[in-house]
Amino acid sequence: MTTSPPPVPPPDEMRDIFRTMTLIRRFEERAAEEYMAGRIGGFLHLAIGEEAAIVGTISALRPDDPLTSTYREHGQALARGTDPRAIMAELLGRDTGICRGRGGSMHLMDVQRAFYGGYGIVGGAVPLALGLAWAARYRETEQVSVTMFGEGAANQGVVSECFNMAGLWDLPMVFLILNNQYGMGTPVERAAAMDDFFPRAAAYDIESWKVDGMDVLAVRAALSEAARLAREERRPACVELLAYRYRGHSMSDPDTVRAAEEKERWKARDPLITFERVLLGEGIIDAEGVAAMRAEVDRVVDDATAFARESPEVPIADLADYVYAEPWNDAAHGSALVRP
Amino acid sequence: MSTEVKDVTYREAINQALREEMIRDESVFLMGEDIGHFEGAFKVTKGLLAEFGEKRVVDTPITEAGFTGLCIGAAMAGLRPVVEIMTVNFALVAMDQIVSNASKIHYMFGGQVDVPMVIRMPGGAGHQLSAQHSHSLDAMFTHVPGLKVCVPSTPEDAKGLLKTAIRDADPVIMLESEGLYGKKGPVGGEDHLIPFGQAVVRRPGRDCTIVATSRMVWVALAAAEQLAAQGVEAEVIDPRTYRPLDLDTLAESVRRTSRAVVVDEGWPECGIAANLAAHLYESCFDWLDAPVGRVNSADVPMPYAKNLEQAAIPQPADVVAAVMATLAREVPR
Repeated sequence: MTTSPPPVPPPDEMRDIFRTMTLIRRFEERAAEEYMAGRIGGFLHLAIGEEAAIVGTISALRPDDPLTSTYREHGQALARGTDPRAIMAELLGRDTGICRGRGGSMHLMDVQRAFYGGYGIVGGAVPLALGLAWAARYRETEQVSVTMFGEGAANQGVVSECFNMAGLWDLPMVFLILNNQYGMGTPVERAAAMDDFFPRAAAYDIESWKVDGMDVLAVRAALSEAARLAREERRPACVELLAYRYRGHSMSDPDTVRAAEEKERWKARDPLITFERVLLGEGIIDAEGVAAMRAEVDRVVDDATAFARESPEVPIADLADYVYAEPWNDAAHGSALVRP
Repeated sequence: MSTEVKDVTYREAINQALREEMIRDESVFLMGEDIGHFEGAFKVTKGLLAEFGEKRVVDTPITEAGFTGLCIGAAMAGLRPVVEIMTVNFALVAMDQIVSNASKIHYMFGGQVDVPMVIRMPGGAGHQLSAQHSHSLDAMFTHVPGLKVCVPSTPEDAKGLLKTAIRDADPVIMLESEGLYGKKGPVGGEDHLIPFGQAVVRRPGRDCTIVATSRMVWVALAAAEQLAAQGVEAEVIDPRTYRPLDLDTLAESVRRTSRAVVVDEGWPECGIAANLAAHLYESCFDWLDAPVGRVNSADVPMPYAKNLEQAAIPQPADVVAAVMATLAREVPR
């Protein structure tokens, strides 16, 4: 492992990081409740346990650095500053959702905050991220494109294609492999020829290394260095984060495959608990401050949930909106056929 | 004083469209295998690397899914990529990017970003390239909401449709015919755009409507000549784009002739001809005097042997027979 020395963020930023991690945890716990109550449909993939990886990454980026993700992406949107109301409303399939009910849990996007979306085909968004890096170089901006995907996606052919093009063309690109050790129910040792994934990027002449994905400051330091390489030296980087999700693959997975002992071992390293200990130990926050922050976050989540529940459904008359950039007036296809 | 219009090939017409749009708009760039130094497998991009440089004419590794996806991402950021997939056969490798990403992104994210890109690819059979290099996959792309699909048959349309496609805000699939690259004809100037969803009558007639696009237009016109010699006047209509589809022009013609034959180089099952026939039944049932005829490639993987290949792809004689069947007439021997 090679990382630059962790730049310790100033106290207010440390508190912000802790708050965002807490917001993601509480938001997702509430989403699980809404799912169990039948108000959220489809798939719901929770990132509980991966908050350090998400917030550590995003806190190291500039707000205009394009970010892409998998379908486990509520946290990425929250960390980028998307209104929790608009996210919860999207999960409930409402007209006030960030994607007006077209995307749902797996397909959040907030282009105003350079969050270019969550995607449902494993590995499929990585070339899009390469295109965002391409556009940054084409326009000679200082942006760095960052894409988060799992170790399962690293086995998809298109991801190797992207390593090759990024290495070949020196694109301002950061590949972030969030290794949570399971592709749905299949552990890494039954899916990958090697335990580590970052050497795959190294094979394409991309600087790459591995860090502890449960330690938010270690993640932040690694991503700062990776983004610096891409931004200042104009070459790609790849960081593998070793992490663990505490829930099953999605809400429909009862999580019976993974050993209880293994889960307990990783829960002992819960990134929220360990980071809270750091903050308390360094006097950056006190117990009262933690309680006040949690109460504030709970109010935000309550408000988002109430807002989503009270929001109107999407009008059925709008079913065919957004298939194309302009309204579609072809009698043979599109709106004429699908409108009620 | 008449303006002299020099005929150019279908290949040169596409080259002109690319060049003019690249001059017009800095955000247009080209990406594909061997399009730069090699100037394209079919020489469509001749001279463009020399004129625009490596920033805007980009040779890629052989990595269709990767570079197609890259261009989708670049389009999301507001650039206007024109992807050349060397032939439509290789697009199958990129299908996840085209179907799961390009066609879905505007809808799935509630209209937050456009995907203004063009994916050009030649296809079709007739060069003894056997089963893996002879596909006509028009139906696969036309199946997908969110894509637009154009299928030019002439140099003028190739140029005008491509210019429209490059300026369009949505992902456009441009299916070119390998068999037409050398075909000559007049083309429009810099501002001549051909709108999507406007069919054109290639030959007027009163007895039967033949619907065809791309190279099949020329097969249909050859058939129409043979039919005329037997006193049958066929009307040949070229929809030019399958998505959007100008059903009004097709239906108007069929209501006049009361007979229709659809010619398509793809396979018959769930194909373009089946789809157009369904549209014509729905819109013209009460006017039809005979079942809508379909002429397709044979329902087999394309064979190599020349005689087998020619037997597998639509020929003018097949179209003549299909039209005669709608008239309940035997083809004279």
